[in-house]
Amino acid sequence: MISENKQNKMAMETTVISPAKLMWNRLKRNKLAMIGFIIIIIMSLAAIFAPYLTPYERDAVDLLNSNAKPNTEHLLGTDALGRDMLTRLLYGARISLTVGFVATGLRVVIGIILGGIAGYYGGKIDGLIMRIADVFACLPFLPIAITFVAIMGPSIYNMMFVLAILGWPGLARIVRAEILSLREREFMEAATALGISDFRKIVAHLLPNTMASVIVSATIGIAGAILTESALSFLGLGVAPPTPSWGNMLTDAQNQYVLKNRWWQWMPPGFAIFVTVMSLNLLGDGLRDALDPRLKQ
Amino acid sequence: MVEQIKEDMNLVVVKNLKKYFPIKGGFLKKTIGHVKAVEDISFTIRRGETLGIVGESGCGKSTTGRTILNLLNKTDGEVYYKGKEIFNLPKEELSRLRTEMQIIFQDPYSSLNPRLTVSQIVGEALVQHRLAKKGKDVNNKVSDIIERCGLAPYHIRRYPHEFSGGQRQRIGIARALALKPEFIVCDEPVSALDVSIQSQVINLLMDLQEEMELTYLFISHDLSVVKHISDRIGVMYLGSLVELSPKEELYNSPLHPYTKALLSAIPVPDPTLKKDRIILKGDIPSPSNPPSGCRFHTRCPYVMKKCKVEMPEFREVDTDHFIACHLI
Ligand SMILES: Nc1ncnc2c1ncn2[C@@H]1O[C@H](COP(=O)(O)OP(=O)(O)OP(=O)(O)O)[C@@H](O)[C@H]1O
Ligand SMILES: [Mg+2]
Repeated sequence: MISENKQNKMAMETTVISPAKLMWNRLKRNKLAMIGFIIIIIMSLAAIFAPYLTPYERDAVDLLNSNAKPNTEHLLGTDALGRDMLTRLLYGARISLTVGFVATGLRVVIGIILGGIAGYYGGKIDGLIMRIADVFACLPFLPIAITFVAIMGPSIYNMMFVLAILGWPGLARIVRAEILSLREREFMEAATALGISDFRKIVAHLLPNTMASVIVSATIGIAGAILTESALSFLGLGVAPPTPSWGNMLTDAQNQYVLKNRWWQWMPPGFAIFVTVMSLNLLGDGLRDALDPRLKQ
Repeated sequence: MVEQIKEDMNLVVVKNLKKYFPIKGGFLKKTIGHVKAVEDISFTIRRGETLGIVGESGCGKSTTGRTILNLLNKTDGEVYYKGKEIFNLPKEELSRLRTEMQIIFQDPYSSLNPRLTVSQIVGEALVQHRLAKKGKDVNNKVSDIIERCGLAPYHIRRYPHEFSGGQRQRIGIARALALKPEFIVCDEPVSALDVSIQSQVINLLMDLQEEMELTYLFISHDLSVVKHISDRIGVMYLGSLVELSPKEELYNSPLHPYTKALLSAIPVPDPTLKKDRIILKGDIPSPSNPPSGCRFHTRCPYVMKKCKVEMPEFREVDTDHFIACHLI
């Protein structure tokens, strides 16, 4: 009994709970967020391993089997050109998720750099950057995106670029606000008193403390990017066929006949978008709840 | 010769220091006034002593401490550390100065970065000033320091949220000691702690002072705490020092009416021993619009005509006893 107590105490003395782990422990308790998280993981794995999950080529046309209903060979049927819907859905996940993650990644990088500079240096630089952010935030998204794609041509790279360029102000504002309040905390003054360099103050003290809210905002941002990608692709402005994305797969539903009689050609991509966006939002909300910025216990 | 020794005794010399914060307002964020947080104060801190600074909230104690460390820019006046003016130093010299003077903060929560381990918090400066190599070397040195501050070596891998308020304050002390400084500003280091833990931390600070020959500027609004740790005590009111003298003298024969009022407000353990409590009328005026003449005249029980127009000089009335008052 006594020795067990001692062992427990030893264990307590040696386990270290990092702030990230603390957040993860809190997140684990949130069922909805965990469901969202697991779905995202599964989706990502399916997208990565798409070639191994299906025997069909992505663009393999099989006119003899066109518009087939779901059957044992084609679990989700085929489209008008006889291409396997499940295969295209998996490859579409690659495109849609990549656009979502990369565009958001870019947005986060721009947002952190500009928001960080604005918050840390303040004054005129801050004013300038934030006014630019205001201008970008005022630009109407669709007209700009359409014009850009019209000039540069539809491709997933242009898509990511437009999403990042028009989306960074929100993140920059979050990072700036966090840094403004962190700057006033006494540990920053302690760092100055210790003669810590500006670079280390930003990289080791300020940015890690903004990460939590950046991650929350980015998670929800990925959902937004996926939705926008679908919308633009649906309008024919995003990912160009024959490359499949969830958005351009939905284009078929523009046809009344398909909409009424061939549900398997548009419901699965629509459902995939819905589930992914929902999962990301649940995860984002869960992260927000798990996030106690001061980490006081 | 005597002058020379006296100079050497003084580690820090503050001369007519002023610190104003601009008040920005209006549509274009123009400066519409100043908070006169520190208004013309002069004093010295001697090697190895503890100079206590007391005063009500907002009277400029923290601002004084921070300006002396060049954490805030001065508005006017001079601060000398070991005979050298500390403002407008070249970068390398400022960096060297940072290793010699440190600060301990009031809030044990806001003063530690929640994302860093104790080893990083305490050892960061050692790496920055190339006094230790990253990895084992730093960890060993940090273990030594935190052990001296009453923590266990295995604590170095932990994060601040895993500690109690008192332990966190010890981490803050360890961080200040890491560079082996000579001068430390303690800005209300125990005000946020439980009374039972306060004395432990105070005793730790006193032990460390003896061991490492430290000089303290000890800021507090608690007169009994200051009395316990200080050699000399300065009393601040609305940005100015009103009285400065050796501890015993201040408690036994205070000269300034404000000091008298402060001392009379200390609760007496024995209730039958009734003291005449001096109740000051009115509130503390705003530091952005201080009264003319003596800043204390609006609340002084002995106010005279002269007090309203003329600022009393802060002068030595007895050996080592400074006061700013027209009465004496
Ligand atoms: N960064 C700042 N900007 C503007 N005003 C400030 C700033 N820091 C302090 N002040 C003002 O200067 C005055 C003195 O503040 P200071 O923090 O030095 O008081 P203090 O004596 O330490 O009080 P406390 O006991 O509450 O810590 C206050 O009126 C405060 O509002
Ligand atoms: Mg203070």
